[in-house]
Amino acid sequence: MSSRELILGRVRRALADVPPDDTPYEDAVARDYLREHGERTAAQDVELLAENLADYRALVHRCDEGELPALLARLLAERKAATVLVPPGLDPAWLAESDVTRVADRPESGPHELDAVDSVVTACAVAVAETGTIVLDAGPDQGRRRITLVPDHHVCVVRAPAQVVSSVPQALERLDPRRPATWISGPSATSDIELDRVEGVHGPRTLEVVIVG
Amino acid sequence: MSGTFVGMPAFPKAAREAVADTTLRGNLRHATHTIRAKREAAVAEVSDWAALREAGKQIKDHTLRHLDRYLVQLEEAVTAAGGTVHWAVDADEANRIVTRLVKETGESEVVKVKSMATQEIGLNEALEAEGIRAYETDLAELIVQLGRDRPSHILVPAIHRNRGEIRDIFRAEMGAWGRPAPEGLTDTPADLAEAARLHLREKFLRAKVGISGANFMVAETGTLVVVESEGNGRMCLTLPETLISVVGIEKIVPTWRDLEVFLQTLPRSSTAERMNPYTSMWTGAEGDGAGGGDGPRTFHLVLLDNGRTDTLADEVGRQALRCIRCSACLNVCPVYERAGGHAYGSVYPGPIGAILSPQLRGTGSEIDASLPYASSLCGACYEVCPVAIDIPEVLVHLRERVVEGGPVTRAGNKAVLKPAKGHAAERAAMRAAGWAFARPGVLRAGQRLASRTRGLHPRTLPGPGRAWSATRDLPAVPAEPFRDWWQRTNGGATEEGTAK
Ligand code: SF4
Repeated sequence: MSSRELILGRVRRALADVPPDDTPYEDAVARDYLREHGERTAAQDVELLAENLADYRALVHRCDEGELPALLARLLAERKAATVLVPPGLDPAWLAESDVTRVADRPESGPHELDAVDSVVTACAVAVAETGTIVLDAGPDQGRRRITLVPDHHVCVVRAPAQVVSSVPQALERLDPRRPATWISGPSATSDIELDRVEGVHGPRTLEVVIVG
Repeated sequence: MSGTFVGMPAFPKAAREAVADTTLRGNLRHATHTIRAKREAAVAEVSDWAALREAGKQIKDHTLRHLDRYLVQLEEAVTAAGGTVHWAVDADEANRIVTRLVKETGESEVVKVKSMATQEIGLNEALEAEGIRAYETDLAELIVQLGRDRPSHILVPAIHRNRGEIRDIFRAEMGAWGRPAPEGLTDTPADLAEAARLHLREKFLRAKVGISGANFMVAETGTLVVVESEGNGRMCLTLPETLISVVGIEKIVPTWRDLEVFLQTLPRSSTAERMNPYTSMWTGAEGDGAGGGDGPRTFHLVLLDNGRTDTLADEVGRQALRCIRCSACLNVCPVYERAGGHAYGSVYPGPIGAILSPQLRGTGSEIDASLPYASSLCGACYEVCPVAIDIPEVLVHLRERVVEGGPVTRAGNKAVLKPAKGHAAERAAMRAAGWAFARPGVLRAGQRLASRTRGLHPRTLPGPGRAWSATRDLPAVPAEPFRDWWQRTNGGATEEGTAK
């Protein structure tokens, strides 16, 4: 007998007490928890997002559409970045005012190449106000998961209010399970040494979030 | 389970040694109290906590009650997304499968994400025996691995080490595993984290094979979820060409939507954060999802039984499989706080370990037979558990099994457990509870919690346990105050002292 059959057989014997007409999934779970916590306008959600991101030590910037290229240029300059990784689908206008050397993310670029890059600029798929989370789903303007991981400086642009949801349940509704997703809440951190929080063990040590709109 | 930690003494003895270790106690006390206070604040932020907790419980209970169906559905979904599913009855089989898969890649080293399942099966040792080096990449796991140590907490496995000890370990051992610690390494956490970053980065960048566990598997979509903080998980999950995930069969949730419950309860219960810094979700292998070209080209999922189906067969004990390994129960447990994680002789320490290990492994060994007594039954663990596992209920149930014997399932076969020989179990109980109640502070805390939380201090046991408890007090309510007993017997060291 295969291990598969063995395990499934054991599971079925272990569940001999479960009646065949057991409550179906649809009725088994009371979904009386909240879809979102508190009542906020879209603008208040954006406020809360900014607050919670900052609380988890992301650097948060606000600007309108027209100011974005100048802001991104300034952030890269302040960082003294010589190279910036750009996902294939990123709006070229965003970096129009920066003279930092662009590095395209090509499928064949290995981790060592990514490690040599100073900064990365991406968009996001959705952002969650209540938890201060940005979610990337590897869309064309976000690139592969690794490009927001290996470089030490990640600038992520959130379009508000369109991309901002209130809560985790609302974020999941917007995501496609077939796409790989990375949920980011603040920069990489560890509390493994006497519970002292230290930013940036392996992921980017600096996360800057630009909320546009 | 692959057995207890080698040479592990029974809980009371190990605990007594741990209690005498003042550094360990100081570190643990600081850690558990800090996380505990933060957790309360994080939970208080969510007004529907009780409803989320109930939903989490219901989702997991429903899944467990139909686990065969969800396992098959998960297998189909993962396969359809380009992954390969393997089934492992026990630790040996899981280790053989992983070793074979690594060998097939031609590689002799792997990078690992912190995973309880791979610790449970002793994967690193099994790989080592076959000439494959497994690098732990979580900072705490790295400290444990370099220190040739064992994890002592689910969430912060090196919590028993302080910064000075960590610096010493890094200085002495890093060189043997790769990039040595920088010259003049200090013991500031930032410096130590930087040393780990440099040491591990060279491993991430060249690794061809990653090994992980998973926090959740979605049956409907075949999606796996890993929740972490440091980014080492993301490194191991996305950079290698081959990814092998070893996951216990109980980690399934039926639908994508179910994640909305656990992604709210897990971080707040675990690290007391609104959301942990990183959560990765992936479905199958590269090229099949819409995000093609992103991540490992080959994905293997090893579904692990290793005692879980036996646990499932116990209608009372089954609920232990709801556990999402948040570690909240450890941080509130007065016994864990004194004894430390190592005393439990298992990768699962604390209250959850006290009910999970004896079920996964059976109560054949001395340590496993004593674990159900490693508790004051104060009920604090049940209160904080985000999936409402009634740990005290299972503890009492398991005590009854140890003392009275009764039907159990081992390796899929029904058996009848013989009652524990002599009064071994009672002695174990006296001793385990004895030192926990030795300190006035703990005793008060325990009593306060006991009276506040629940009426689970039964004088007599229901059902078949009645005969036993009719003539004896249950351990948590001893005839002689434990402080007196402790003093009289020198913490149980003088065996005669326990004779009535
Ligand atoms: S038993 Fe509950 S509280 Fe303890 S680790 Fe598991 S889920 Fe968390």
